[in-house]
Amino acid sequence: METLLQQLASGLASGGIYASLALALVMIYQATDVVNFAQGEMAMFSTYLAWTLLNAGVPYWAAFVATVVLSFVGGLLIERLIIRPVEDAPILSIVIVCIGLLVILNSLAGWIYSYIIKPFPSPFPPRPLRLGSVVFGTHDLGVIGITLLMLLGLYVFFRFTPLGLAMRAAAQNPVSSRLVGIRVGWMLALGWGLAAVLGAVAGMLVAPVVFLEPNMMSGILIYAFASATLGGFTSPVGAVVGGFLVGITENLVGTYVPLIGTELKLTVALVLIIGVLLVRPSGLFGRATVRRV
Amino acid sequence: MAKLDEALVSSKLRYPWRASRVLGYGKGMAGGLLFAAAVVVPFFLSNYQVFQLTLAYVYAIALLGLNLLTGYNGQISLGHGAFYAIGAYTAAIMMERWQIPYGWTLPAAGVICLGVGWLFGIPALRLEGLYLALATFTLALAVPQLLKYFEAWTGGVQGIVLMKPEVPWGLPVNQDQWLYFLTLGVLLLAMLLGRNLLHGRVGRAIVAIRDHPVAAATMGIHVPLYKALTFGVSAMYTGVAGALGAIVIQFVAPDSFNVFLSISFLVGIIVGGLASISGAIFGALFIQFVPNYAQDLSKAAPWAIYGVFLILCMYVMPTGIAGFLRRLTRRWQVGGTADRAV
Amino acid sequence: MTALLEVEGLTAFYGWSQVLHGISFVVAQGGITAILGANGAGKTTTLRAVSGMVRTAGVVRFAGQRIDGKATEDIVRLGIAHVPEGRGTFVNLTVEENLRLGAYVRRDKARVAADLDRVYGYFPILAQRRRQLAGTLSGGEQQMLALARALMLRPRLLLLDEPSLGLAPFVVREIFDIVRTINREEGVGVLLVEQNAAMALHLADRAYLLETGRVVMAGAAAELRQNETVRRAYLGY
Ligand SMILES: Nc1ncnc2c1ncn2[C@@H]1O[C@H](COP(=O)(O)OP(=O)(O)OP(=O)(O)O)[C@@H](O)[C@H]1O
Ligand SMILES: [Mg+2]
Repeated sequence: METLLQQLASGLASGGIYASLALALVMIYQATDVVNFAQGEMAMFSTYLAWTLLNAGVPYWAAFVATVVLSFVGGLLIERLIIRPVEDAPILSIVIVCIGLLVILNSLAGWIYSYIIKPFPSPFPPRPLRLGSVVFGTHDLGVIGITLLMLLGLYVFFRFTPLGLAMRAAAQNPVSSRLVGIRVGWMLALGWGLAAVLGAVAGMLVAPVVFLEPNMMSGILIYAFASATLGGFTSPVGAVVGGFLVGITENLVGTYVPLIGTELKLTVALVLIIGVLLVRPSGLFGRATVRRV
Repeated sequence: MAKLDEALVSSKLRYPWRASRVLGYGKGMAGGLLFAAAVVVPFFLSNYQVFQLTLAYVYAIALLGLNLLTGYNGQISLGHGAFYAIGAYTAAIMMERWQIPYGWTLPAAGVICLGVGWLFGIPALRLEGLYLALATFTLALAVPQLLKYFEAWTGGVQGIVLMKPEVPWGLPVNQDQWLYFLTLGVLLLAMLLGRNLLHGRVGRAIVAIRDHPVAAATMGIHVPLYKALTFGVSAMYTGVAGALGAIVIQFVAPDSFNVFLSISFLVGIIVGGLASISGAIFGALFIQFVPNYAQDLSKAAPWAIYGVFLILCMYVMPTGIAGFLRRLTRRWQVGGTADRAV
Repeated sequence: MTALLEVEGLTAFYGWSQVLHGISFVVAQGGITAILGANGAGKTTTLRAVSGMVRTAGVVRFAGQRIDGKATEDIVRLGIAHVPEGRGTFVNLTVEENLRLGAYVRRDKARVAADLDRVYGYFPILAQRRRQLAGTLSGGEQQMLALARALMLRPRLLLLDEPSLGLAPFVVREIFDIVRTINREEGVGVLLVEQNAAMALHLADRAYLLETGRVVMAGAAAELRQNETVRRAYLGY
C-alpha cells in the first residue's frame, strides 16, 4: 500500500512533466498543424539557459522567471523566423524543418555546454515529507504543485481572456479570425511562445531528476508524444489527462511488471502510440476533425 | 517556375529527337566515366580512404531505400535507422554466433527487413503524414534500448565484433578494396533494380499514391498493398545496407543505431534530392564526408551543419543536389527531360 | 456628400485568373447598395476585395481614406464588418464566444457588454443558446449568429454576402428588417450581395448588376426594379 501511494505520487510528478510537454505539443499542433519534433530540444535548451543564470549566481526563482521569459521570446522568434516560411508547405517540409531545428538546438547545446552531464538544483528542500508511514519526495510534490498551477493558469488564460479566446479562434478558423481583426500570424507565434514556456518549466523541473545534458529530453518527449496521442492531439484537456495517465502507468508498470522494468520504457511508449493510433486515432478526448486544406 | 516549365516543354516539342539524344548520350557518358572512376579510384587511395568511400556506398544503398518510401511514395519515415540496425545485427549474429559466411547475410538481412518492413507498413497504412512521422520517430528512439534489452542475442552494450572477410578467388586486391568492390556491386545492382521498379507500372502507381492518393484509388490502384509493399522494399534496401555496413565496419553496438542515424538518412535524401536515384549517391557522400571535415570544428558541428542544411534545403533547394544539377544540365542542353524519376 | 465606400476600377485575381475586370461602385453614407449577379459573377470576390482578402488592383476608399492594399485585420479596425459567404462560424466555440470575437478589436470594453445585450435583443434565439457550441446551431441560427457577430463590431459599413441563403422566408424577412433598422437608426452603410434580387432591390437604394466580373448595369434600386432585363432575369416576372 505504501509503495503504491509513493509510486502514485512519483507517477503524478512525472505525469505533470509529460502533461506540460504534451500540452505544448497540442498547442502547436492546434495552432499550426505541426507536431513539433523539436519541442524536447527547445525545453532542453531553456534548461541550459536557466543553468547559465544559476551558475552566474542568480537566485533560483529569479532565474526561473527569467528563463520563462527568454523561452517565450525564443519560441516566438522560432515561429516567426524558421517555421513561418514553410507554414503552407507540405507536411514533409514542416517535419523536416522541425527535425532540422531539433538537430541544431541539440548540437548547439553540446557545442556551448559540452556533453558532460551536469547536476541541476531543485528549488524544494531535499528532506522527504512523511505522511503517516508513507514517504513522499518533496521534489515530486513540488513538481505536481507547479505543473497544476501552470495548467490552471493556462486554463484561465484560454478560457477567460480575450487574447486566449483569439488564440483559440485563430487556431480553428484563420479566415474568420482575420475577418474579426485577429492578427493570426501573431497568434500562432504566441502559441509557439507559450509552448516554449511550458517546455522550459518542464525542463527545469525534470532536470534535477534526469540531470542536465543535451539528450535529456528525448525520452521525455516520446512520453509526451504518447500522452498527446492517448489524450488526442486535438484536445488540450486530453493531453493533460493523457500525461498523468502515462506517468502513473509508467511508474506502476516499472514497479510491478519486472519483465519490462525501465529498460524497455521507450518501447512501451512506441507500442502505446501505435496502439492508440490504430484503435482510436483521435485519442480519448480528441475529435476526428476534418482537416483544413 | 511555371513559365520555366512551359518553356522547357515547348522547346522539347520543337526539338524532340535532338533533345533526348543529346541528353541520353551525355548522361550515358557521364555515367560511364563515373563508373570507370569508381573502379580505378581505390587503387590510388589509402586503405582508410577506401573504407570511407565504401561506407558512403553503404549509405547510398540505405538512402535509396528511404527515398523509395519518403521521396517517391510520400510516406515519411524518421526511423529508418531501425531497419539499418536490424540488417546490421542480422549480419553480425549470423556471422559471429552461427559462423555463416558473410555472403549469405546480405540476402538474409534483405528478406528479414522486407518482412519486418511489410509488417510495420501495415499499421503505417492507417497513419497519415504526421502520425507516421511520429511513430517512426519513436521507433528510432526506441531502437538502442531494444538492442540492449535482448542482450543474449545482441551482446548488449558491448556489441559484437566481426572478422574482416578474406579476399576470395585470389583476386589481386586487398581486403578493403575487396569490400569496396563488393559494396559498389551491390549499390549498382540496387540502383538498377530501383530504376526498373520505378520506371514500370509499379513505379507509376507508387508515385501516383504520393501525388493523388484519392485519384490513385479510384484508378484501381490497390493503395494499401502498394504502400505496404513500398515500405517492405524500402526496409529491405536499408536492411541490406545495414548488413554491409556491419561487415565493413566489423562492429555493431546499440548506440551507433540511435535516432541520429535515422536523421542522417533523412539529411541524405533531402540534401541529395527527394525522389531521385542519383541523389542517393550525392546524399551519401554528403553524410559520409561533411561530418568528417566539420568534426575538426567541434564534436557538435556536423549536426549543426546538418540542421542548417535541412532547413535551408526546405527553403531554397527542395529538390536537393540532384535536382540542382538537373536544372543546371537542363539549362545547358535545352529540352532535357523534366522527369523527376531519374 | 462624400460616399462611405467608393470603389474605382477594382480588379481581383485568384492565382493567375482574373475574376474582376475593373468594377466601380459606391455605398453612400447611411446608404444600402446591392450587388446582383448570376453564380460566379464575382459578387463574393467583390466583397473579399473590399476586405483585402484577395489580390487586387484599383482604388478602394473608405470614408475618404485609401484602404486597398491594407491587410484584412487593419480594414476591420476601421469599422468594416464582413459577414462572409458560408457564415464563417467558429464551430468549436460557444455562441457567446463567437459574439465576443466580433468585438475583438474594440477598446471600449464597457460598451461591449451592452452591445451583447442589444444583439441578443435582436436575436433572442441566440440568447437562449449562448453557452452552446456554435457548430451545433442550425443553418439559419448560424446565419443570425454571423450577422450578430458583425454587429458586435459596431461597424460603420456592413458587408453582407447572401444573408438569406438557406433561410425560411419569414426568417429572411426578419433579418432584412434588422438590417434596415440598423441602417436607419445607426446610419450603418450596407453593401449587400444577394441572390434574392426582389428583396435586395426592395431594401437597397442603389444597385449594380455584375456579369463575369464587369458591371453591366448600375443605378437607383427603384430604377433597376423597373428594368426589363433585370425583371426577366432576376426578378422572374
Ligand atoms: N479561391 C478561388 N480560386 C480560384 N477561383 C475562384 C476562387 N473563388 C472564386 N473563384 C472564381 O471566381 C469567380 C467568381 O466567384 P465568386 O465567388 O465571386 O462568385 P459569386 O458571384 O459570389 O457566385 P455565387 O453567387 O455562386 O456565390 C468564379 O468563376 C469562381 O470560380
Ligand atoms: Mg458568392
